[in-house]
Amino acid sequence: MDKMPAWADAVLVPLISILLAAILSALVILAIGENPVEAFNLMVEGALMRSAGWGYTLYYTTNFIFTGLCAAVAFHAKMFNIGGEGQAMIGGLGVALVCLFIPFPHWTVALLVAIVAAGAFGALWALIPAYLQAKRGSHIVITTIMFNFIASAVLNYVLVNLLRPQGAMDPATARFPEATQLPTFQDMFATADNPLFRGSPANVTFFLAVLACVAFWFLMWRTRLGYEIRAFGHSESAVKYAGISPVRITIVAMLISGGLAGMMALNTTMGEAERLVMNATEGAGFIGIAVALMGRSHPVGIFLAALLFGFLYQGGAELALWTNIPRELITVIQALVILFTGALDNMVRMPLERLFVALGRKDA
Amino acid sequence: MTLITKFLGASAALALTAGAALADPALVYDLGGKFDKSFNEAAYNGAEAWAAETGGSYRDIELQSEAQREQALRRFAEAGFNPVVTTGFSMSSPIASVAPDYPDTKFVTIDGFVDPEEHPNVLSILFSEHEGSYLVGMMAAMASETGTVSFVGGMDVPLIRKFACGYAQGAKAANPDIEVISNMTGTTPAAWNDPVKGSELASAQISQGSDVIFAAAGGTGIGVLQTAADQDILSIGVDSNQNALHPGQVLTSMLKRVDVAVQDAMTAGADLETGVTVLGLAENGVDYAMDENNADLVSEDMVAALDAAREQIVSGEVTVHDYSSDDSCPALSF
Amino acid sequence: MTDTAPAIELKGISKSFGPVQANKDIAMRVMPGTIHGIIGENGAGKSTLMSILYGFYKADRGEIFIGGKEARITDSQSAIAAGIGMVFQHFKLVQNFTVLENIILGAEDGPMLRPSLARARGVLKQLSDEYELSVDPDQLIENLSVGHQQRVEILKALYRQADILILDEPTGVLTPAEADHLFRILDNLRSEGKTIILITHKLREIMEITDTVSVMRRGQMTATVKTAETSPGELAELMVGRKVLLQVDKSPAKVGAPILQIENLRHVDSHGVERLRGVSLEVRAGEVLGIAGVAGNGQSELLEVLGGYADATGSVTVNGKPLPLTGTGADGAARRKTGIAHVPEDRQTEGLIMPYTAWENTVFGYHREPEFQSGMLMDNAKIREQAQDKMTRYDVRPPDPSLPAKAFSGGNQQKIVLAREIERDPDVLLIGQPTRGVDIGAIEFIHKEIIRLRDTGKAILLVSVELDEIFALSDRIAVMFDGQVMGERMPNETDQTELGLLMAGVTERPGGDPIKAVDAALEQKEQREASQHD
Repeated sequence: MDKMPAWADAVLVPLISILLAAILSALVILAIGENPVEAFNLMVEGALMRSAGWGYTLYYTTNFIFTGLCAAVAFHAKMFNIGGEGQAMIGGLGVALVCLFIPFPHWTVALLVAIVAAGAFGALWALIPAYLQAKRGSHIVITTIMFNFIASAVLNYVLVNLLRPQGAMDPATARFPEATQLPTFQDMFATADNPLFRGSPANVTFFLAVLACVAFWFLMWRTRLGYEIRAFGHSESAVKYAGISPVRITIVAMLISGGLAGMMALNTTMGEAERLVMNATEGAGFIGIAVALMGRSHPVGIFLAALLFGFLYQGGAELALWTNIPRELITVIQALVILFTGALDNMVRMPLERLFVALGRKDA
Repeated sequence: MTLITKFLGASAALALTAGAALADPALVYDLGGKFDKSFNEAAYNGAEAWAAETGGSYRDIELQSEAQREQALRRFAEAGFNPVVTTGFSMSSPIASVAPDYPDTKFVTIDGFVDPEEHPNVLSILFSEHEGSYLVGMMAAMASETGTVSFVGGMDVPLIRKFACGYAQGAKAANPDIEVISNMTGTTPAAWNDPVKGSELASAQISQGSDVIFAAAGGTGIGVLQTAADQDILSIGVDSNQNALHPGQVLTSMLKRVDVAVQDAMTAGADLETGVTVLGLAENGVDYAMDENNADLVSEDMVAALDAAREQIVSGEVTVHDYSSDDSCPALSF
Repeated sequence: MTDTAPAIELKGISKSFGPVQANKDIAMRVMPGTIHGIIGENGAGKSTLMSILYGFYKADRGEIFIGGKEARITDSQSAIAAGIGMVFQHFKLVQNFTVLENIILGAEDGPMLRPSLARARGVLKQLSDEYELSVDPDQLIENLSVGHQQRVEILKALYRQADILILDEPTGVLTPAEADHLFRILDNLRSEGKTIILITHKLREIMEITDTVSVMRRGQMTATVKTAETSPGELAELMVGRKVLLQVDKSPAKVGAPILQIENLRHVDSHGVERLRGVSLEVRAGEVLGIAGVAGNGQSELLEVLGGYADATGSVTVNGKPLPLTGTGADGAARRKTGIAHVPEDRQTEGLIMPYTAWENTVFGYHREPEFQSGMLMDNAKIREQAQDKMTRYDVRPPDPSLPAKAFSGGNQQKIVLAREIERDPDVLLIGQPTRGVDIGAIEFIHKEIIRLRDTGKAILLVSVELDEIFALSDRIAVMFDGQVMGERMPNETDQTELGLLMAGVTERPGGDPIKAVDAALEQKEQREASQHD
């Protein structure tokens, strides 16, 4: 069998997908009587040409890296973890509990403990669907979807009835103590004459996300566990033959996946809001699936895809601010990109593959 | 450093392209969206009224995500908009963290509270919803034939309990034997926009004998009013004048003059006086709606009784208990 | 040229997949009413050629003539319209449909099923009588034996009025008796004027039934000869391009102490059907015990239980030490530690991870061994190095450890598995279908390796559906049927006929019609399985 070159698969396919999505989006914008070129310029300027824009873009990127890695671990084990959203919510609960109830001396200590808490809570939330899949054959897609709803209900109960400060209207916790608030890019990079990243939410968890990418690569391609997870994803029967327990791999892979989703909450909860709000995840768990698909479940790809989606989110906010494009259409544009890069991957790949085969034959 | 220069340059360029004339006002709607037929829409109407009156222009944004709350405030402030008016209590926390960075910009939080000592450039506008609810509660009790009236709240927060508590006090003032039923739609922001659930709650209350229902539930209230009209009983709208939704079947609407608040803030412009403003009956911040749609429903006795009560409240003769002052209600248990 | 036009004529058919030329300038003529064999090694291009004929692939160049007229075959619909029917190696039947429903599937007369079914019932009866193709039209496919399912496939093609029937490796899953029956059917079809193309790699079948035979090698048609004028040796030579020995040179076994002892082994599958029903065997040091049997009679389950990935009851000991058969310790990793190596029946779904590189595959199952670790990570440099060494010594071509397993031919894939398992110096080697889908050149190599291992004193349990292979390698032969051992024979004291009957569950040479005895045994087996199936 013949295939197109690897570079085309990794670079050309996503690029063409994005281009198609952009063209369709442009048509949508035209249809409501706005100028697509201007809109694009606004997005680029607002998201990439100002340091504060980068601050927002990278803030969203951080979320998407974590949830993208979450989906990717599961993909490698041939599982569809749709529960990143719920796992991140519960991860947020873990972060909130340690931040509110442990008196930390410094944010570094707080971050370390919160990483453990976020990961553990997220992993725990993935454990039950994982167990049901491994032992009872309940399909992980169904159970993780259900667990998103349960997570939302649990969080709602905890916020409204247990953690909401007296007299507050919001279903949210109190603000975390000063010592647990993570340094933002502004704290780290801004100087008196150069107010970089002013007011933007990007914070130290971005570096944690990059670190997670590196760790992910080592885990998947350098450790026995990664070797076994990938093998399991390719062939369950082979894994049984080799004496690797499918139950163990299913559970371990889902624990890692859930843990990564949980860590996303560090960014939104400890980094940005500095309290736990009801709607802290905002669909990032689902975006992560598209990010993993587009990034081919490889950390470099995931990083780039997360960056693209970060740009789309921040650019979308700019559109909402400065144009009369209704927010529903901005959502439509974001959805188009997800559709083209995630779901309709083969629509681009197959014709391209045929083209390469045809070209290859001409050469030969 | 060239990269940074580029950023700064670009940011300046953006300010120009965005075309923000100095001192234009900006309006940030809460997550419910601009056209919720209630709270946010009242704000929108106020802004439009201001624009029509002065010929000025303003910019607004419907939020999509939590992180955008601060972002919208910052971007509007950076671009020179003044004042930046926001609706909904969820905006008070972001305003508290953004306001110090933009001391020259005035921020307005409607329904939210920001400490005026700490944040001298913020105006918190609060409404005495309990007072307006008291009046419509009286009217409900007087209109009721079954001796049972009811209340459907949106999200179960102190603010909405404040409505319910005022309503129950008014009803009991008009008829000490009246029974008041109260239900909340939910505990998340989704409760603001769940007309189906609203309809179910209304049906349940009707089956318990209620024949006047007061809905203080944002978009959810649409379902309440619809069901009340379908089952031929009376309902009471909220925030905006909703009498026209089902002419002759909406007893009245408890007006919360968010539109007036927005219009006033925009009119004051950059010279807006900050601090905390509480708008009650005395300030015409809350009221009940009378128009041709409910003229036949409201008797002269009712109007007389309500006018008398209004005077007593304004003069301080009667105090309506505010639920949020001590998280308790003498007339209703939740 | 005779007066009659050929049923099929191919001219200059070429097909490439990128740089790989699967078919190169193929020319072929098949006269009506004949059986034409196509023989060739795996990857010689037989399947590609037939896929072109059936419209799955489009040829890059060349012409196809059906009955003397040029035919444009773009998909399977147009192939059917041109009178071509295909019986695939893996049947394309809907398991929970009846025979009749399967036959009309895709060829319904109209939106309502009843008239189609009624018409099909009539046609089916007529076809069954005409060609000895009897099947119960109302039986569900899942309740039919493999041989009967194959008949349904043939009926499907005939129902669509196929004049040309292509059969791809049709006997791979059949008992000798079933295969004989199939050949009788083919013979009947031929005498009714149908044209048959038989793709196989079994020389014996070619010699038995075909009129003419074409040999394919590396995408080319190297020869077309009349079957009567050739010999198996000549065909084999044409296939590989050099003379090969179908016999394995081996010295008599020097048998030592029992190594692997199996007592009363029982295994129930996930559907509740008992697949091993009290198997007892013994393999001694320095011998090859061959397990003969038709696929699906418990041999696979036997290997799975011994390999540690299927639960069982009974007892298995290695060097006198009992092995756990359920729960912890009953897994592949533990088995490897006790000195059992396993070359599984299906290297593509079990023995190898196809997208993994060759070097990754050379440690699969042994990847937890300390020697492949460096701290918390796997020592990839070292693994690559030993992979390179193994591939060179086992003559894996191309000897490039960084290629994915799927890039190698079947024989070279098998060599990778073999190298991995043999090099761990096990006491017991389990080998399933060592040469399935392996070209003749590699078969020779693999057979020699197995004998070499035997001669170093290992106990070898060989499972194969190829009787030739069983005869060539085994020092003792055990025959399995329906989850039981029907008997053990010494290779020099038995013959294919006796083994064939044992494989069909007949322990004594029957006096009357052997086919009847075989059918009775098979029926019994099917009834048991159906009654246990939940």
